[in-house]
Amino acid sequence: MGDKKVDKKVKVLIGKPGLDGHDRGAKVIARGLKEAGMEVVYTGLRKTPDDIVRAAIQEDVDVIGLSILSGAHKHLFPEVMKKLEEEGAGEVVVISGGIIPEEDHEYLKDLGIEGIFTPGTPIQEIVDFIQKKVN
Amino acid sequence: MMENILEGIKKGNERAIAQAITMIENNREQGAELLKKLYSKTTFAYLVGITGPPGSGKSTLTDKIVGRWREKGLKVAVIAIDPTSQFSGGALLGDRIRMSNVSTDRGVFIRSMATRGSLGGLNPAIYDTVLLLSAAGYDYILIETVGVGQNEVDIVDLADTTLVVTVPEAGDEIQTFKAGLMEVGDLFVLNKSDRPGVDKMQLTLEQMISLADKKGWEPPIIKTVATKKRGINRLTNKIEEHKNYLEESQLLENNREEVMRRQLVNLLEEKVLARIVNPIKNSQEFNNKLRKIQKVEKDPYTAAEELLADKFKI
Repeated sequence: MGDKKVDKKVKVLIGKPGLDGHDRGAKVIARGLKEAGMEVVYTGLRKTPDDIVRAAIQEDVDVIGLSILSGAHKHLFPEVMKKLEEEGAGEVVVISGGIIPEEDHEYLKDLGIEGIFTPGTPIQEIVDFIQKKVN
Repeated sequence: MMENILEGIKKGNERAIAQAITMIENNREQGAELLKKLYSKTTFAYLVGITGPPGSGKSTLTDKIVGRWREKGLKVAVIAIDPTSQFSGGALLGDRIRMSNVSTDRGVFIRSMATRGSLGGLNPAIYDTVLLLSAAGYDYILIETVGVGQNEVDIVDLADTTLVVTVPEAGDEIQTFKAGLMEVGDLFVLNKSDRPGVDKMQLTLEQMISLADKKGWEPPIIKTVATKKRGINRLTNKIEEHKNYLEESQLLENNREEVMRRQLVNLLEEKVLARIVNPIKNSQEFNNKLRKIQKVEKDPYTAAEELLADKFKI
């Protein structure tokens, strides 16, 4: 240590659980985080919580961003959190975005979803949030 | 932490393997410590490189090849490489999108890696990751990369068997393939071969292959439609055939020796850079000489020789 070779990059997985029909939002976020200097793995559409957690483990990401539009977040997010815990990766920061009604935010935060970013959030806000959480 | 990771790797624990790769990527010294401890247990995995222009179907092909190997009971790892943006330093790693079929299978490990800032050479973390995955017991490792620059040629150069993927529409694009890429291709895959223009493309490929200097092994052209799993068996059989050819002709051993020679030279250069060049670069004398060069009081050739001589007190 003490050498300049320590080149820690923030690595983020953007996952799309469930049956959403499009992923424009997820791609915009992925692009935005990349522009902010992060390494972003994108899973593609229609993934199960298993797929997402397995990818997050193999990629050893610092952050998982779950994007959801279908309204199934209260069903799918707990699964993701449970599986992460089972794999011993409970310390991974999980954030979410998409169509998530205000009244569900409390429930998701209790679940351990640390940030919820609904449409209209400036990307910089998400970047700052991630930087603060990871460092 | 290091002990836990080592223990985990020996048991084939994915989280430990993944954390070890991160270590290799982020901290060269720690990564080296880890590999020192693992090296004696390494049986080299068979390394297959897959490259070609964006959109030619590399990831889908990878997915299908992996599926075929899994049917044979082989443990497979995939290293999917995407470029790092030179402006932001970030990278978008999207190869997993096409690899859905293997996501629930415990015999498959997929890792996306960015090229990071390795100018004019291979990101050393990639070769180290290959060693690590070999030590973790994977039989086959597939490295997928976009075939555009020197970096990519270097990556496929590591591989035992290299697949170069193209599509019927690539027509002119293939002319822009680096000559180097045509030479490293052991197998040419003509993917999306249910589209118009296949015959013409095949002819173009045949002509290009006939011009390349290949001894002993004539690179075959295999037509595939990856999305429909067509031609995949033929492709994996050809990979096997090439593997047998290399083994029987001693070329496998020779090629790997060449790769190791390069790696050893790279490591030496890295150490020389860190211990000799960097201290000189940070010295007052370096800046003094630099100013003299700027003022045309000294030429850079003499300056370099003097700096090095100073360092060694010759």
